[in-house]
Amino acid sequence: MANDPIHQFQISKIIPIENVGGLDLSFTNVSLFMVVTVAVTSAFLYLTTANRGLVPGRLQSMSEMAYEFVASMLRDAAGTQGMRFFPLVFSLFMFVLIANLFGMFPYFFTVTSSIIVTFALAMLVIGTVVVYGFMKHGLKFLGLFVPEGVPGLLVPLVVMIEIISFLSRPISLSVRLFANMLAGHITLKVFAGFVTSLTAMGALGIGGAILPLAMTVALTGLEFLVAFLQAYVFAVLTCMYLNDALHPSH
Amino acid sequence: MFVTQAIAQEAAHGAAEVAHGAAESHGGGFPPFDSSTFASQLFWLALTFGFLYWFMSKVIVPRIGGILEMRQDRIAQDLDKAHELKAEADAAIAAYEQELAEAKASANEIGNKARDTAKSAAEAERQKVEKKLAEQLSEAEARIAQIRDKAMADVGSIAGETTEAIVSQLIGGSVTKAEIDKALKASEG
Repeated sequence: MANDPIHQFQISKIIPIENVGGLDLSFTNVSLFMVVTVAVTSAFLYLTTANRGLVPGRLQSMSEMAYEFVASMLRDAAGTQGMRFFPLVFSLFMFVLIANLFGMFPYFFTVTSSIIVTFALAMLVIGTVVVYGFMKHGLKFLGLFVPEGVPGLLVPLVVMIEIISFLSRPISLSVRLFANMLAGHITLKVFAGFVTSLTAMGALGIGGAILPLAMTVALTGLEFLVAFLQAYVFAVLTCMYLNDALHPSH
Repeated sequence: MFVTQAIAQEAAHGAAEVAHGAAESHGGGFPPFDSSTFASQLFWLALTFGFLYWFMSKVIVPRIGGILEMRQDRIAQDLDKAHELKAEADAAIAAYEQELAEAKASANEIGNKARDTAKSAAEAERQKVEKKLAEQLSEAEARIAQIRDKAMADVGSIAGETTEAIVSQLIGGSVTKAEIDKALKASEG
C-alpha cells in the first residue's frame, strides 16, 4: 500500500464537520495544508519586513524580491493601471508557489494537486476579469471578442473562436497547474516505488535500484523547478487576462 | 538483462497493486475527482485564501510598498543633496579661483609700483650724485688752474732771483733788479 502513487492524494478528515446545511465542511488534510500555506506565507512576509529596514537584510530582500518580481510582471503585462490588482496577483503567486513547495516535502499534501482548488483559483481570476471588465467598460468589454482589422465575412467565425478561447481559459489555467503537480508527484512516487521494490529483491535488485534512484533525485530537482515555474505561469497568465479587463480592444 | 526484466516485472506488479489499491481504498474514485470533498475544499480555500488576500492588501502590500517607496525617496533625496553639495563646491572653487586671480593681479600691481618707485628713486639719487661730482670736478679744475697760474707767476720771480744770484756769482758785482727784469722780458719776448 505504501507504493500506491495515488495514495498521496487521498483526502482524510481531521476534524469532521459534517452536514452544515447539507454540506460536508470537514477540516481535512487539504484544509490543514491550506492553513499552513497561508500561515507560513503571511508570517514570512510579515516578520521579515517587520524592521522596515532601509538597507534590507537577507530575509527582507527575499520578501522584497518576491514583491518586485510580481509587481514588474503585472506592470509589464497590464500597465500601471493593472497595479490595482496587485494584492490579488501577489496572493495568487505566493499561495500557489508556497503550496507547490510544501508539496515537495514527503508525506505533505500538495494543495495545488486538487483540481477543485486550482479551478476555484482560475475562476476567481476569470470572475475578476469579467466583473471588472463590465464594470469599467460596460458593453464595450464585449469588443474583446472582435479583433480589429478582420474582414467582415470572417467576423462571426473569429468571434466564435475568441469566445471559445475565452471560455477555455479557466479550464486551461486550472488544468495546467493541477496536471503538472499531479503528474510530477505520481512520477516521483512511481520511481521511488521502484527503488523500494527492487531493493527487496536482494543483491541484484539493489544494483538495479541505482537507476530509478538516480531518476528520483533528478525528478526531485525538476519538480522544484516545476513548482516555481507553474506559480510563475499562473501569475503571468493572470496578469495577461487582467490586461484584457483593463484594455478590451486589442 | 536481469535488471530490465526485474524492473518490468516490478512495474507490472506495481501497476496491478495501484489499480488494486485504488479500487479497494477509494471505492474506484480518483481522489482529486471525488466530488464529495469539493464542498469542504472550496469552503476552506475561500477561508484561507480570503484571509491571505485580506492580509496582503491590508498589511503586506502597503508595508513592502512603503519600504520600497521610502528607499526610493531616500535615494532621490541623497542624490539631490549630492547635486546641491556639488554645486556648492563648484561655486566655492569658482570664488577661490576668482580671488586667486585678483590677488595675483594686485600682487603684480604692487610689484610693478614698487619697482617703478625704486627705479625713479635710484635715478634721482644717481643724478644728484653725478651733479655733485660734476660740481666737485669743476671746482677742482678751477683750483688747479689757479694753482698753476700762481705757480707760473712764481716761476718768473724765481727766475729773477736765480738770475741775480748767478750773475752776482759770475761777475761779482751786483745787478739791479730792474736790469734783470728787463733782460728776462727781452729773453721771454
